[in-house]
Amino acid sequence: MRVSKSPHKTAAPRPRVAPHIAALPKSGIRDFFELVNAMEDVISLGIGEPDFVTPWKIREATIYSLQRGFTHYTSNLGDPKLRLAVCKYFARRFGGSYDPKTECIITVGVSEGLDIAARAVISPGDEVLYHEPCYVSYAPTVRMAHGVPIAVVTHAEHDFVLQVEDLEKAVTSKTKVLMLNYPNNPTGAGMTAEDKQKIAEFAVKHDLLVFSDEIYDELSYIPRSPSIATLPGMRDRTIVFNGFSKAFAMTGYRIGYAVGPHDLIDAMMKVHQYSMLCAPGPSQFGAIEALTNADGERETMHDEYEQRRNVIVKRFNGLGLHCFKPRGAFYVFPDIRSTGMTSMAFATSLLKEQRVAVIPGTAFGECGEGFVRCSYATSMADIETAMERIGKFLRKRGLP
Amino acid sequence: MATKNLQTSVLALLRGNARISVQELAERLDTTTAKIATIIKKLEAEKKILGYTAITSADETADEIRAIIEVQVQPERDAGFDNIAQRIAKFDEVATLYLVSGSHDLHLEVVGHSLQDVARFVSRRLSSQPGVKSCATLFLLKKYKESGIVLDQEEGDARLKVTP
Repeated sequence: MRVSKSPHKTAAPRPRVAPHIAALPKSGIRDFFELVNAMEDVISLGIGEPDFVTPWKIREATIYSLQRGFTHYTSNLGDPKLRLAVCKYFARRFGGSYDPKTECIITVGVSEGLDIAARAVISPGDEVLYHEPCYVSYAPTVRMAHGVPIAVVTHAEHDFVLQVEDLEKAVTSKTKVLMLNYPNNPTGAGMTAEDKQKIAEFAVKHDLLVFSDEIYDELSYIPRSPSIATLPGMRDRTIVFNGFSKAFAMTGYRIGYAVGPHDLIDAMMKVHQYSMLCAPGPSQFGAIEALTNADGERETMHDEYEQRRNVIVKRFNGLGLHCFKPRGAFYVFPDIRSTGMTSMAFATSLLKEQRVAVIPGTAFGECGEGFVRCSYATSMADIETAMERIGKFLRKRGLP
Repeated sequence: MATKNLQTSVLALLRGNARISVQELAERLDTTTAKIATIIKKLEAEKKILGYTAITSADETADEIRAIIEVQVQPERDAGFDNIAQRIAKFDEVATLYLVSGSHDLHLEVVGHSLQDVARFVSRRLSSQPGVKSCATLFLLKKYKESGIVLDQEEGDARLKVTP
């Protein structure tokens, strides 16, 4: 007779948290947030979202949708009117043509879009190339999908534009996806049409899928070029992610979209329908207004960011901290190596001594060491005061 | 790329803040102070910039009364509305004057020290002008928005202090 032994008495306790989640580092920004939050009178250049409130016509359209009782589930893919508006807008602004019925999905921001795309295409062990410094969620998103994130470092001497030579060193037979984010958070780097062409050729050569996060594309300060998805051989292998948070100052709406080939969008839809069901209805109605009626507001915000960029770049270089002129987004990524401090020491001392918050470059990958991210999504007056304080901070140390 | 050309950008910035310095304009628009100064001189010479003024909120407490006057006039055979409009525009009491479409022809904003002041101007000066058929006076009671600025704006910075 077989005697059953209780496994609970002998086996090691089963971990309550899944090992691959336990192994994820917490976002490096988190600790810094706690530090900043406990202080008064801080001028924060650490905020990764627009300082503008959502244009009123978008908020008003959202309110009106609530008044009319549009408070129900929408199609899993998103409201058909919004998908139509997205595809029209995409063709007008980014140059690619997509079928709103089968090649477009409305997501809860780009973050959810990337998550469901990763879960839709990555099998355990698949490698995903992404460039660093980068937005904090990329590597964790891949790990949560049981993929293997492979960081490809971008360099200050290339103004943080991804180089094919570096990609070639990292690509293997297991590489399935290349993730791109230009214009880039945290560096402000951007890709020209030529830069995109080179990356596209690499993706075709190695038969990779491409996730192109173009959330900052409307905040480009160089001549805009069509999305990488429009280049030869790219449409069928590229999912483009975009949204409303940055161009239309709608971060809290949590609304974005992805366009791509039908099979991939369809697979993403499966993950989306079982997890998110659909993006919030009121946000979708606000988004329709943004795409169809808010070009003027978008341009006004764009121009203001561009002007602040011009000023903050000049100030940093004037203080002896080299800062290349970002091609897009609303961040500068000055080089603080001349201070002899680490990014974390610089950011912490600056915060404590001068009450100015900047984010250590290392929050965006180890290769961000020697740099800090400063957001210029804050008023010009605050930028000027912050820069004066940074000047004081440097002079106290005999710099430059 | 900037969505506007340099001259349009200078005008837009001055409209938002007439006290902005030439230095700040140059830095924002990534150009030289000399270029900005030239553009401003040209805009002034061409009367595209007519003046620089403070945008104030204090109308109802200040020692002044404002009214919109809607005026119907009989246009003249060759000059249309121009002669009479130019004549009316010369009065100091008239702050702004437009020819408009719709139920009336001229749309004036008139300023006076008191209700009687404005009423006197309308009855004695304006309605007696040759060609003026009727005047409707609308006294301004409260200002909610001026030159693109909403008064009593309650929106502050509601963002977290640090976000990725």
